[in-house]
Amino acid sequence: MTEVRSFSTSAEAAGAEGAILGGGTLLMRQVNEAPQTVPRLIRITDPALREIRAEGDGHLIGAGVTMAQVIAHPDLAALAPVARSIGGPALRNMASVGGNLFAPHPYGDFTVALLALEAQVLWSDGRREEIERFLSARDTARGVVTGIWVPRIAPGALRYRKVSRTRPKGVSVMSIAAYLPNGGSAPRIAFGAMGPTPLRAKAAESALQGRGLTEESVTAAGAVCLQGLSPADDALASAWYRSEVAPVHLRRCLMGET
Amino acid sequence: MPKTPLAFTLNDAETGIFVDDGQNLLEALRRGAGDLSPKYGCGQGTCGACTVLIDGVPHLSCLTLAEAVAGRRMDTTAGLAEGAELHPLQRAFMEGFAAQCGYCTPGMLMAAKALLAANPRPSREEVIEAISGNLCRCTGYEPIVTAILEAAAKLQGRAA
Ligand SMILES: Cc1cc2nc3c(=O)[nH]c(=O)nc-3n(C[C@H](O)[C@H](O)[C@H](O)COP(=O)(O)OP(=O)(O)OC[C@H]3O[C@@H](n4cnc5c(N)ncnc54)[C@H](O)[C@@H]3O)c2cc1C
Ligand code: FES
Ligand code: FES
Repeated sequence: MTEVRSFSTSAEAAGAEGAILGGGTLLMRQVNEAPQTVPRLIRITDPALREIRAEGDGHLIGAGVTMAQVIAHPDLAALAPVARSIGGPALRNMASVGGNLFAPHPYGDFTVALLALEAQVLWSDGRREEIERFLSARDTARGVVTGIWVPRIAPGALRYRKVSRTRPKGVSVMSIAAYLPNGGSAPRIAFGAMGPTPLRAKAAESALQGRGLTEESVTAAGAVCLQGLSPADDALASAWYRSEVAPVHLRRCLMGET
Repeated sequence: MPKTPLAFTLNDAETGIFVDDGQNLLEALRRGAGDLSPKYGCGQGTCGACTVLIDGVPHLSCLTLAEAVAGRRMDTTAGLAEGAELHPLQRAFMEGFAAQCGYCTPGMLMAAKALLAANPRPSREEVIEAISGNLCRCTGYEPIVTAILEAAAKLQGRAA
C-alpha cells in the first residue's frame, strides 16, 4: 500500500501502475479473491477528497465522500434516495462516490443519477470532463478523480427508481434516473445495468422534449427507450427481460408511481 | 513479504500488530489481534458477519484495508460484556432465541449497537433497515428484530 497525503504527489503515484483505493468495497473484494490481479493499492488521505461544498450553481462532492455522507448532507437531499438504494448500512459507510463511477455492471446506481444530472468529473490534473464522455472512456482511463460537480437540484426535479429482486438490499436489475429541470421541458434520462456503463436514453428524452409528462408523451418515450442501450444477460435477469420491463419502469419512474 | 506495524484501539485496549500488504481488517483482528468475535462469512461484503465498529460506525471488516485503521478505535462483540455481565443486547438475544447457530450474531450485535447509539428508540422498520446488510440463515430474522427492540426498551428504562 502506498499512502498519498496530497494531490501534488498522487498523480505521479497513480501513474506508476497503482489502483486508487476508495472505500474498497470492490477493490478489496478483488484483493481477497485474487490478490495477484491487483496492482499496488494507493490510498489518498487528503481531506479534500472527503469534502462536500457549494461551487457555482451546484455542489462539489469529493471522490472519497461516502454514500452515508451524501445521505446526511442537507444540501444533497435530492440525491439521498439514490445513495440509500446502495447496499446495506455498513456498505454505505464505506462505498464512495468516486468508486461508484468506476463500478462495473450491474453496479453504479449513484452514477446513473450523476449521468442524468450531466455532472462533471474532476481529475487531479485539473481536467473537468462531462460525465457521459468520462463513462465512454472509463475502462481505459488512468489517473485520480478528485470529485464530481452536480448542479443544484430543484425539489422534485430528480426522479429515481431502482428495480431489484430483494429489498432493501438487492443489486440492480436496472436503475433509472430522470432529471426534469425547468419544469421538465428538457428532460434527461439515464439507465443503469442496461449496458456496460450507465447510459443516456436520448431517444426517450427527445420523445418528451417540450411535451411535459402526459400519458401520450410517456408512452412515446417508453416505446423508444431501448435505443442506445445494450442490456446483457446476467444472474439477475436476461437481456430479453430487461428490455421487456424497461418501458414499464421508465413510466413508473417518470410518474413517481411505486 | 514485508510486514507493516499497525496500532489501534480495540475495545479500550491499545493494540499493536503487524500486517501484510493488502491484508483486510477481519484477518488482522482475528489472526493478528486474536479477537475471534468478528466472523468470516463471505469475504465479499454480502453477509455482514464481519461487521465491526470503526470510531462507532459499522464497517465490513473483510473489505476494509487493515492499514487504514491506524490510530482509530475498533469495537467488536468481544468488548460488549462487562466481565460476566452480558450487554443488554446480548441478554435480549439469548432470552429471545435470536441466535441459533450464532454465526451471524456478532455482526448483528454490532449493527444493533450502532443503531441504538444513534437512535435509542428505533421503530421496527428502522431495526430492519439497520440489519439489512446482515444475513441470517437460521432465525428468519423475527427473533433478532424483537430482541433488538427489547434491548432498546431495557436500555431506555435504565437511562430513565
Ligand atoms: C454487498 C455489496 C452490495 C453492493 N450494492 C451496490 C448497489 O446496490 N449499487 C451500486 O451501485 N453498487 C453496489 N455495490 C458496489 C460498490 O459498493 C459501489 O459501487 C461503491 O460505490 C464502490 O465504491 P468504493 O469506494 O468502495 O470503490 P473501490 O472498491 O475503492 O474502487 C472501485 C474502483 O474505482 C477506482 N477508484 C476509486 N476511487 C477512485 C478515484 N478517486 N480515482 C480514480 N479511481 C478510483 C478503484 O481503483 C477501483 O477500480 C455493492 C458492493 C457490495 C460488496
Ligand atoms: S465476511 Fe465480510 S461481509 Fe461476509
Ligand atoms: S443464527 Fe445462524 S446464521 Fe443467524
